[in-house]
Amino acid sequence: MAQPSTHFAPYRYELEHEMNAPLTGHSRREFLMAAGTASALMALPPGAAYGQQRARTLNVVCHPEPAVVMLGLSQQAPTQLVGGKIYEGLLNYDFDLNPLPSLAKSWKVSPDGLTYEFKLQENAVWHDGKPFTSADVIFTTRDYLPKVHSRARNNFSNVEEWLAPDKHTVVFKMKRVFAPFLGAFQVGSAPMVPKHIYENTDFRANPANAAPVGTGPFKFKEWVRGSHIQLVRNEAYWAAGLPKIDEIIFKIIPDVAARTMALESGAVDIATSFDLELFDIPRLQSNKNLVRVDKGGEFFGRMGWLEINHRVKPLDDKRFRQALMYAIDREFIVKRIWFGVGKPAVGPFTSATKFHNAKARKYNLDLKKAEALLDEMGLKRGAGGKRVTLKLLQSPYGGPWARLAEYIKQALGRVGIEIVMESTDAGAFAQRVSNWDFELTFNILLQFGDPALGVSRSYVSSNIQKGIMFSNTMGYQNKRVDELFAEGSATVDEAARKKAYDEVQDILLDEVPVVWLIEMLEPTFHNRRVKDVITGSIGTYDSFNRVRLDT
Amino acid sequence: MERFEYIAKRCVKAVFLIVLIALLNFLLIRMAPGDPAFVIAGESGSVDPLFMAQLRAEFKLDQPLWVQLWTYLKDVLQFDLGYSYRNKAEVIDLIVARLPATLLLTGTGFLLAIVGGVLLGAVAARTVGRWQDSTIGLICMTIYAMPLYWVGLALVLIFAGWLEWLPAFGIGSVQPLEGWDFIWDRITYLTLPALTLALHYIAVYARLTRSSMLEVQNQDFVKLARAKGLPPLRITTAHVLRNSLLPIVTFAGIQAGNLIGGSILVETVFAWPGIGRLALDSLLVRDYNTLLGVFFLCSVMTIVFNLIADVVYSIIDPRIDIQK
Repeated sequence: MAQPSTHFAPYRYELEHEMNAPLTGHSRREFLMAAGTASALMALPPGAAYGQQRARTLNVVCHPEPAVVMLGLSQQAPTQLVGGKIYEGLLNYDFDLNPLPSLAKSWKVSPDGLTYEFKLQENAVWHDGKPFTSADVIFTTRDYLPKVHSRARNNFSNVEEWLAPDKHTVVFKMKRVFAPFLGAFQVGSAPMVPKHIYENTDFRANPANAAPVGTGPFKFKEWVRGSHIQLVRNEAYWAAGLPKIDEIIFKIIPDVAARTMALESGAVDIATSFDLELFDIPRLQSNKNLVRVDKGGEFFGRMGWLEINHRVKPLDDKRFRQALMYAIDREFIVKRIWFGVGKPAVGPFTSATKFHNAKARKYNLDLKKAEALLDEMGLKRGAGGKRVTLKLLQSPYGGPWARLAEYIKQALGRVGIEIVMESTDAGAFAQRVSNWDFELTFNILLQFGDPALGVSRSYVSSNIQKGIMFSNTMGYQNKRVDELFAEGSATVDEAARKKAYDEVQDILLDEVPVVWLIEMLEPTFHNRRVKDVITGSIGTYDSFNRVRLDT
Repeated sequence: MERFEYIAKRCVKAVFLIVLIALLNFLLIRMAPGDPAFVIAGESGSVDPLFMAQLRAEFKLDQPLWVQLWTYLKDVLQFDLGYSYRNKAEVIDLIVARLPATLLLTGTGFLLAIVGGVLLGAVAARTVGRWQDSTIGLICMTIYAMPLYWVGLALVLIFAGWLEWLPAFGIGSVQPLEGWDFIWDRITYLTLPALTLALHYIAVYARLTRSSMLEVQNQDFVKLARAKGLPPLRITTAHVLRNSLLPIVTFAGIQAGNLIGGSILVETVFAWPGIGRLALDSLLVRDYNTLLGVFFLCSVMTIVFNLIADVVYSIIDPRIDIQK
């Protein structure tokens, strides 16, 4: 069990070194002890108030390496993982997507849905010591984010006027009712950035992007590219007594087997299913040192689907698309390919998304119905039992997606649809999907908790935009669907919203613009010594301000 | 004097070659479908046309291809490798930050491979036909047949997973260390990846040395040395081995050219923050300038080491006239 280095957190070394037999004699043992103690002392923050206590270091897998950690400029997953500890939004969201206080300690919405008032945390300060005020909020949401952040641009385009009655109050006056507005303040959707650093600068070229300044519980310390990113405790954090750990080290480990081993050996404390091979999950679950948490990720509502290009025959016929729904066994996909990490998708809204209608039409595996629909279309089985041949552009994400492609080929082959596979990498994939250069492919869409934020964009005809990923790349058009999605976002009356979204789900389930396959979950695996890891619906992207380490 | 003239001529040729390679690299990379903006769009989960346009403008992809090519070649000739817009850093800084890690890894692996390989090969040649020779042959064949990344994973499993003697991945502790602590820390991290990298080449050098020495062993000057009554060790080292070194130098020259780019797999398995991974990551995200920078460096290294190998030939074996 001896650790010849202090690679693992020093606490572990000190716990264990006494019982370890030295590797190569007495002097080595002494040396090891010296190394352990020295590094433990040095890892403490300067002027640490912990006396003799060791640094409480949390090690987290970070994969892939982010391009930047400035959360305003990038919404990549690893940027959110790291940036979510440095920056904060006004709100956070619980597992049922209800808003929770973050930088805003309270908020009020007028009955007509046209005025939103936020009271800010009064003792929040930026990492450089300057106070966080309503001027920062207005700068961020009016001047900064609309320039650099696509989703925020869309959300805040509904605001008519920004007011700051005092230093710790912000009022948004809306141009029109925008029902999901209260869902737009999560840290990845609207990270607060310091006005005094970014005002009148080139936002993308600002040097602070390399050494981010936020209000979060952890401050940026060091990024050794290819190796690790180190954050240290923000001593001036606004919430008293938080955070409860001294530093977080994000370890960049490019190989999946190495990541799994790091988690099992305790070299890292936290990894999510996206960092691991799904087929390792049953084994990890039985590891007594690890805890699996399924919650977290509800806010994103990741949906994996088989994307259909409606411009290609016979994919323009809804009977063909219904046949696809009937021919694919979603239970099998979840159980055998995703190892239970997910739920079968039953319709356009994930079960975590608001206004999901659990009573809507369901498609079960039914090969006879599928064949009947195809026969009805006049697609008779020809030579070798084939009705039609289609190309499937594979997902670049490998792992389960490669196995899913094989399953789809087999499943559709059973009803006479021959699939020819096309392989690709991330860059080529995004280009081909954006430019409608595919027949069938896979895609993953995030729903951001509200149909008006993450669902409508895939189905409304106004969002058919060539060259733009995650737009309505299928080319699906239905006037009634357009109207209903517009109605749903333009009222704060929950009953009226529900009525519009129920009807939209019925239409979409009948017309099957895409073949919904799986609601992807992202379970977190963490070492038993870590507590309170997942506290809200953004999972590990949360600030970790409450995370504790057992010592 | 002749030697310097030769080197000067080769250098002039090398400059043209490097420009040609830079040109080809640029065009090849641009032929790959997708661009950095598409990659970022795919990673972002949500984009709009303005976002894409801003990215392309920032990355200078909105200019015609020939303008981009001209800018690139002009910069390269001034040793300016450009800016990585994705990483928001100068390419040269990215490379310089990664270079020591790679050189440490590949350099150690290189030395281990040559010393270990030549030693094993020499022993095998001295004991040809006996059990020592067969054992070495068997070991070398086994090592040679195993894929590099698999060897790496197996070593990690044994030494980091079961025995817990050595760290599984990374280049060193994050905690700041000084003096001997620092050096020892780095050695523990270096051992497994360097060994993995070296093992494959040990087999190659051992086999090269053995066959080359066997050929020399039966030549007249060796018989004469034996007849003179020289001690066997001296015959092996001074007469046989020295005259068997040429194929080894040739191969070492090739391997040295790969010192920068040749360890992608090992760097990946061991999370070693080196140049190989920088290149692979840059390729996947279409970070054109960074990738071109690494390619540029690799081509320069290959040319330089080929030149060094040619010069070393003439030092080891004076019969070789480098001008021919």
